[in-house]
Amino acid sequence: MNLALDSSEQGMLDGTHGPAIRLAMRILTRMAPMYGASSLLPITRAHIDGVILTGAAGLDFAERLADLGGQVAVPTTLNVMSMDRERWRDWNLGVTYAERAHRLGQAYVRMGAQPTFTCAPYQTENTPCFGEQIAWSESNAVAFANSIIGARTNRYGDYLDICCALTGRAPAAGLHLDEPRLATTVVELESIPPELPLRDDFYPVLGYLLGSIVANEVSVVAGLECRPTEDQLKAMAAAAASSGEVAMFHIAGITPEATTLADSLGNRQPQRTVVVSMADLRRSREALTTSSGSRVDVIAFGSPHCSFAECRALARLMSGCRASESVEVFVTTSRAVRDLLARSGELETLEAFGARVTADTCIVVAPLVKPNARVLMTNSAKYAHYGPGLLGVDSVFATTEECVASAIAGRVMRVEGPWAA
Amino acid sequence: MGSVAVVQGQPVVAGAAQGEALAADAPLSFWGGFDPETGIIIDRRHPLSGHLATRRVLVVPSGRGSCSGSGVLLEAIHNGTAPAAIITSRLDPVIGLGCVLGDELYDCHPPMVVISERDRQSIETGDLMEVNEQGLITVTKALSYGQRDRTVLCVSTQQRDAQECREREGVL
Repeated sequence: MNLALDSSEQGMLDGTHGPAIRLAMRILTRMAPMYGASSLLPITRAHIDGVILTGAAGLDFAERLADLGGQVAVPTTLNVMSMDRERWRDWNLGVTYAERAHRLGQAYVRMGAQPTFTCAPYQTENTPCFGEQIAWSESNAVAFANSIIGARTNRYGDYLDICCALTGRAPAAGLHLDEPRLATTVVELESIPPELPLRDDFYPVLGYLLGSIVANEVSVVAGLECRPTEDQLKAMAAAAASSGEVAMFHIAGITPEATTLADSLGNRQPQRTVVVSMADLRRSREALTTSSGSRVDVIAFGSPHCSFAECRALARLMSGCRASESVEVFVTTSRAVRDLLARSGELETLEAFGARVTADTCIVVAPLVKPNARVLMTNSAKYAHYGPGLLGVDSVFATTEECVASAIAGRVMRVEGPWAA
Repeated sequence: MGSVAVVQGQPVVAGAAQGEALAADAPLSFWGGFDPETGIIIDRRHPLSGHLATRRVLVVPSGRGSCSGSGVLLEAIHNGTAPAAIITSRLDPVIGLGCVLGDELYDCHPPMVVISERDRQSIETGDLMEVNEQGLITVTKALSYGQRDRTVLCVSTQQRDAQECREREGVL
């Protein structure tokens, strides 16, 4: 397929905007046909995942673009990086590691990106609007932007995201267009106890199940009768993007492009309908727990990064209590939220409990967890999903309250409650 | 002379390469599934788990999972541990991006060719594969040649040096 470029895009490719933009445009124009695009479209925002330290080439690429004078064309936020830029000395990271992690972050900052260093850019002042064309990476952020906000992006991974940011363009294909955003699969909730969707742990479990059912299809969830909070929807999107390649889903009557079920399907018949029962949800919840004993070494909150509201809820639960010496407690969040917590006094509450409140990073992209840790307990489906592979731990998925109670007790405190068979 | 088949594919990221096929019926995620330091497939649920992919022609239905896979493939190209070529039956932009980045940054990349599902299933581990710039693949069945050849993929001196430092033949 031939790619049609306008005169400005052709100019970037010819080098009139400098060598960094030329390199970015070369990569973008080679990639666009692979997405099925015959042209590019302008974007107004970008979010970059390339700030996670993976190796020498990723650092080389970012520094090369920065050294060539590359400057982003649109407001650009940065994903989590590989250390807490303020408190990195609290961990034994090694100077070489810290220097490389810092250099990588700085290369993107030199290109004009905002040092947000968060995987929840949609909970910052840089939130996109409904219908906005953006180029985002980070699977949970892509799913949230498309599904919950109605902004438009494909999954742009390493390192197409920075190429889009530098050129201000993305391939005109996939979820940037109307038709591919319509649902083809209906996921229908059936006979779910009405109290379950009021619980925080329902949403990660539902999202995790959704991802395993639909892989990369656009789906619509029908039969959810209540109005979830933003943080609940965030947990659902992150879970769906962990178990499947979910870039977009609808919830009938709740997400902005699904005012009705028929709307989200574009008034077409679905290609398939999957009925979800309590038994399916129960299996999904069980799949998030790989440990059966009472041992717990690490308790972590914040994948995606905890919002201010989530941190405040934790502070209420932790206030006046103290975690057992035998567990490490992590609250992973953004620098912006940690600064707010410092000013509200709640950072002190969390730290008095014994929690380490980290900014800029998280436990699966930086070596924060002690290597001898064997069991991770968390309220996050994403942490529970990636913990075994990336940290070599077993995971226990539980509610926020159960995680805090377990931190105090020093052993897993978890009840089946409404999940019981 | 034994059985030789010629397969015409779509050269998504064009290039010439040769090597022994490493084939499986399951999609592979480079992120979390392939170690760019060693070139070994590390996804324990994948049928090729534990196999060295370096300088072999990887034949799988597609990529899978995280879009950080392109970054991992780029690291592998930089380290000289990448496959000689990657052949799939579904176009996966994540793999394509890794190949394009290698070409743009280091003038070195495994060619990526998309072939039909049927052609893909006819290729078995051990077959000798030759890929040309036009996406034409010559497959010599494993039984028809005895001596398993070693192949050289990379073009730049820097890469060749890196590769020579990484004598991985003994890894398995």
